[in-house]
Amino acid sequence: MKPFIQFDDVSKHFGDFAAVDRVSLDIEEGEFFSILGGSGCGKTTLLRILAGFEELSSGRMLIDGEDMSGIPAHRRPVNMMFQSYALFPHMNVAKNIAYGLKQDGLEPADIDARVTRILDLVQMSEFAQRKPRQLSGGQQQRVALARALVKQPKVLLLDEPLAALDKKLRQNTQFELANIQQKTGITFVLVTHDQEEAMMLSSRIAVMNRGQFSQVGTPSEIYENPQNRFTADFIGSINLFEGNVAALAETMMTVSVPAIDECLTAPAIPDVNIGDPVCLAIRPEKIWISRQAPDTEGNTILTGEVVDQGYFGNLSVYRVRLPSGDMVQVSTQNRVRSTERAIQREDEVFIHWECTSAVVLKE
Amino acid sequence: MNKTPGYKGLLAVNLSARAVNRGLLWSPYLWLLLFFLAPFAIVIKISLSEIVLASPPYQPMFNWAEDATQWFNGTLENYLFVLRDRLYLYTFWNSIQTAAISTVLVLLLGYPMAYAIARAPADKQGLLLMLVIIPFWTSFLLRIYALTGLLNTHGVINNALLGLQLIDQPLQLMYTDFAIYIGIVYSYLPFMILPLYATLERLDLSLVDAASDLGAGPLRSFVDITLPLSLPGIIAGCMLVFIPAMGEFVIPSLLGGAESPMIGRVLYDEFFLNRDWPVSSAIAVVLLALLLLPIALLRHYQAKEAEQ
Repeated sequence: MKPFIQFDDVSKHFGDFAAVDRVSLDIEEGEFFSILGGSGCGKTTLLRILAGFEELSSGRMLIDGEDMSGIPAHRRPVNMMFQSYALFPHMNVAKNIAYGLKQDGLEPADIDARVTRILDLVQMSEFAQRKPRQLSGGQQQRVALARALVKQPKVLLLDEPLAALDKKLRQNTQFELANIQQKTGITFVLVTHDQEEAMMLSSRIAVMNRGQFSQVGTPSEIYENPQNRFTADFIGSINLFEGNVAALAETMMTVSVPAIDECLTAPAIPDVNIGDPVCLAIRPEKIWISRQAPDTEGNTILTGEVVDQGYFGNLSVYRVRLPSGDMVQVSTQNRVRSTERAIQREDEVFIHWECTSAVVLKE
Repeated sequence: MNKTPGYKGLLAVNLSARAVNRGLLWSPYLWLLLFFLAPFAIVIKISLSEIVLASPPYQPMFNWAEDATQWFNGTLENYLFVLRDRLYLYTFWNSIQTAAISTVLVLLLGYPMAYAIARAPADKQGLLLMLVIIPFWTSFLLRIYALTGLLNTHGVINNALLGLQLIDQPLQLMYTDFAIYIGIVYSYLPFMILPLYATLERLDLSLVDAASDLGAGPLRSFVDITLPLSLPGIIAGCMLVFIPAMGEFVIPSLLGGAESPMIGRVLYDEFFLNRDWPVSSAIAVVLLALLLLPIALLRHYQAKEAEQ
């Protein structure tokens, strides 16, 4: 199947600065694709390239097989939901939503019918006559979504659509957004700095850093098998041990970590040689922590002292200082309401993990 | 035990602070009373009196003398005279027309300039605004005199056109309506550009992006989004041009012809040449009444805007 959206070696320069630096990417039809990155990583520029607000410095961008170069924003089969919502302040909700349909020269009766239907979909029917400033943030967000969706675009672009909402509302809206995407089948491209949002909504995520993709994959691929330090560090929390490849076997490899004077085992990765500098990464929730020495075979056991302890209700997070001074973050789920004395600051603890939970990173 | 140092003293300080505050609050009203309302009351009083050959050249309104037949002298005669005389009416009408046409011309010229400044790179905007304001550093009167040097029969424009052999006789540019329009447009352009720039610069560009994203071409999005959202600036600019242009005296007297008199000039002639203070006061009051109309409309529009 031909990809629906194709970035082919795309760059965008502002003066000397490369906001987007030779990026290639295929997005399939009907995907919920997210571009995730910190501020200034080029994710919004990429979205504005899709919408037609920025011209390419080099490369090609195709939507549905059609080269978009030279096609201005108002003739592209995409619609965008703006971070600020960009609702027209001098028009009421119904007129805001009808605006795009009017530009297409639809019959007034047809416009009315479609506006009514979309207002129903986003549950804003009773606010049709209100001006944007009379609406709450969440309501404005729905109107902005309706206005972009009503034109039935081939692609819907969402620029940090939920950033302005409070946490509870954001979570509800995320479910709704996923729901609407499934109902309409429109290809969604979302730009966000919120990794949870990207993980929850997306079929695939591109993690972006300094104008380039550091990794593209499904949420679980990106979380469980990060390919480089940036992705590993950006998504969730992770403990990194710097070292060198000490031994290579068929399925497993050993990394010597001088700082803690230990050799740690992890699944083997291709294209490394003995002695290469690598980094062993392990997520906090994959580490066991206990006050008694654990009964485990083959796994390295480290000891340390708890220096910080955070209680989040559903989970507890510990920072453990190893004898070398390195810090390791460990999190445990509070699965049972514990009556036993919990691990506290200044406790001497043992930590260990399954070898297969660790990931070795080259870059 | 320490006694709290006199709460009466504190109270006094507090009271005087409040008095100062209140005084400050009232100071604009005081200003208005002293320098607008009181002179205006005097103008109204003169406009209601009869002309006499004396100094000052009008009859006192109140006569407290023992032998006076009546103690109050007031008449609407001056107003009736002004409103019945076709010359005055024509002058009023001509002033409104000239001010209105000039305002439209200034708007048509100023809007693109304000738009261009508002969309220029942020570091260039200050310089461009400066360029708009710099002519103010020279006296208004001097700048209007300088225009005569351009517009004269042997002025720069005619000489250039003659030199290029585009015309074989000098054009009559001075003492025409055209010269008045040139003068007003030139002098009042900054008053249009500054408020327009202020609204256009604040305009959220993502709204224009949104319109274009929804399928509106550049012209459509200008008409649907930019223009209505810059309306407050357009109205403010038009007020700032129309109101002073209506009563303009220097430009029509230096550049204009006799066949299209403007009210400012007639006022001057009545006052200084005819020494008819009562009639010229009546003209001033009528002019003010005419100008209150657009201001009232503006207030009405703003109130409606605030309601929404």
